[in-house]
Amino acid sequence: MLAEAWSALVANRLRSILTMLGMIIGVAAVILMLAIGSGVQVYIEKQISSLGSNLLIISSGAARTGGGFAQGIGTAPTLTLDDAEAIARLPTVVAAAPQSGFGAQVTAGPTNWLTQVSTSTPSWFQVQDWYPDEGRAFTEMEDRQAARVAVIGRTVADELFGANDPLGQQIRVRGVTFTVIGILPKRGQGIGGSNRDDTIVLPLNSAQRLVQGGGAFRRSVRTISVSVATPEAMAPTEEAISQLLRRRHQLAPAAPDDFSITNITAVGETFAETTGAISLLLGAIGGISLVVGGIGIMNIMLVSVTERTREIGIRMAIGASRGAIRLQFLLEALMLSLAGCLIGVMLGTGLAVIAGKFLPFVTVITPASVIISFAISAGIGIFFGWWPANRAAKLSPIEALRS
Amino acid sequence: MTSGGGKRVLELNGIVKDYASEAGTFRALDGVDVAVDQGEFLSIMGPSGSGKSTLMNIIGCLDSATEGAYRFDGVDISAYDEKALAKLRNDSIGFVFQQFNLLPRLSSRANVALPLVYSGVSLKDRNARADELLALVGLEGKELSRPSQLSGGQQQRVAVARALANNPRLLLADEPTGALDTKTGAEVLALFRDLNAARGVTAVIVTHDPGVAAATNRVVRIQDGRITYDGPPTEQALAGVGHAYDPA
Ligand SMILES: Nc1ncnc2c1ncn2[C@@H]1O[C@H](COP(=O)(O)OP(=O)(O)OP(=O)(O)O)[C@@H](O)[C@H]1O
Ligand SMILES: [Mg+2]
Repeated sequence: MLAEAWSALVANRLRSILTMLGMIIGVAAVILMLAIGSGVQVYIEKQISSLGSNLLIISSGAARTGGGFAQGIGTAPTLTLDDAEAIARLPTVVAAAPQSGFGAQVTAGPTNWLTQVSTSTPSWFQVQDWYPDEGRAFTEMEDRQAARVAVIGRTVADELFGANDPLGQQIRVRGVTFTVIGILPKRGQGIGGSNRDDTIVLPLNSAQRLVQGGGAFRRSVRTISVSVATPEAMAPTEEAISQLLRRRHQLAPAAPDDFSITNITAVGETFAETTGAISLLLGAIGGISLVVGGIGIMNIMLVSVTERTREIGIRMAIGASRGAIRLQFLLEALMLSLAGCLIGVMLGTGLAVIAGKFLPFVTVITPASVIISFAISAGIGIFFGWWPANRAAKLSPIEALRS
Repeated sequence: MTSGGGKRVLELNGIVKDYASEAGTFRALDGVDVAVDQGEFLSIMGPSGSGKSTLMNIIGCLDSATEGAYRFDGVDISAYDEKALAKLRNDSIGFVFQQFNLLPRLSSRANVALPLVYSGVSLKDRNARADELLALVGLEGKELSRPSQLSGGQQQRVAVARALANNPRLLLADEPTGALDTKTGAEVLALFRDLNAARGVTAVIVTHDPGVAAATNRVVRIQDGRITYDGPPTEQALAGVGHAYDPA
């Protein structure tokens, strides 16, 4: 029975392939979109965990419309080290890292490299959940004493020292010499597409005291990163910090905040929701294509039934029941849609692999998406094959033979 | 009257077939009574349009009568549903058509095996049985040929082999030699005679050819939907003159 359905399709090879085109495109689109969708999902999850979980970032300056990161260049810092210490004392706060930063040309011997310098306290490592895997982080003591020590990112290490071991080597930042004491493990790209490994971390005090322009306003910081104990505590902590800072900054009740608080997890979620919506939309297009493909199958099966009326008559004359005829045409429709699905899965997989090379993340083809595609295709084959198959089965043997 | 005297295979009583058209209803069969016993070799003759094919299609359960009773193997089949009729066609009736009606995409073997597909025989047994039947009709070595690669006579032999696939109680043939030249027609006819004589297959064939009818044991003549003669193949019966049928 299956072999018969197959041979009928092979006999009309070109037509079968053209019929399957709709299914092929539909399934390929669905597979591709699901691959991109789950790729984005994995990517976002990695991003969020790479930023440190349960992270709040407090920035100087009022919140910009639309939320997001509002740390504008040229914003007068309103946050201070004392703010950070006060926040760190809140019960639900695990750590609070005050942070400033500047871009600088960094030299090591003859080589130099333009990178982003972050200046912070040792809490930074805890808040970011990012500790050196070679060497060590700087200590409270080193920060207080403005020690000339630096922790560098992987990219900086590679660019300045190549194959040599950077630990214990000297680097110069704006004319001040620091000793490399630690190297941060690779983290990859940030949400904005920036290279997170292209960075240097200096103790806040060292930078403010030693480096020219390292801290225009003493004890002021650009941002404070706060690590919160639990996800549930995020919202109350945000509120508590807001009230604390308004009190500390002596803002009148009507005055707007002179700081803004960003919930990184929420930003990631928004991003995930947006990409989710986009891939849903594309998936819907794939779905429509599947339905159109199904209608194509129905059309071709109807033509096939008309063309093969005589064959149906012969089969009935030698003892095929209506059920057997219906089954035959249903199997052909099913086989068309499943073969289309198989080709579509292969095409979609190929496209997903190619897309993965151009997108900032890896596309992920889940077994579930393949199974779903096959299930939908089988459903479409049966649904759209049913009517033509029934038409074939309803023919009377003698009328079918006379055609 | 009947020859043979074996078990009764089929019995038609008062069969009427009306065709409805814009011009009103047309009565193609008008009260046909006929009975066939096991082992008989019967020919149906009559002018074109007299209702021979209509009768054969009713006997073969491809079409149903407007009125009248039809008993197959003593069982009234008028109450049979589509599925039961399909099973009857599959198990008990083998049909050979003037236009062969083979499936062009399939090999001889697959064509012959097709009725066995619907009776649920395994592929291996189907092929073995098909090859056996092809040998019986003298087509050894043509198992894999498609109908288009065979002569008309060979195609009709494949059709006969297919009709025999399930060892039917009754073999029906509507002008089986009509599309063949005299020589191949005679070969196919000889095949029917062999099957009847050597294997006791009950056969009913429609023919225009008195030579063909002469080879059978019994002739039924039809004119305008009525039986005008039912008896041995005498010269006058074959010529179709005289002998108004007297059922008494
Ligand atoms: N489907 C149909 N609709 C209307 N009339 C029909 C139909 N089939 C047959 N007839 C009419 O019934 C009559 C008997 O037809 P049938 O085919 O049985 O003749 P036949 O004896 O087999 O003739 P032939 O020797 O030419 O094959 C004819 O007059 C034909 O026109
Ligand atoms: Mg006829």
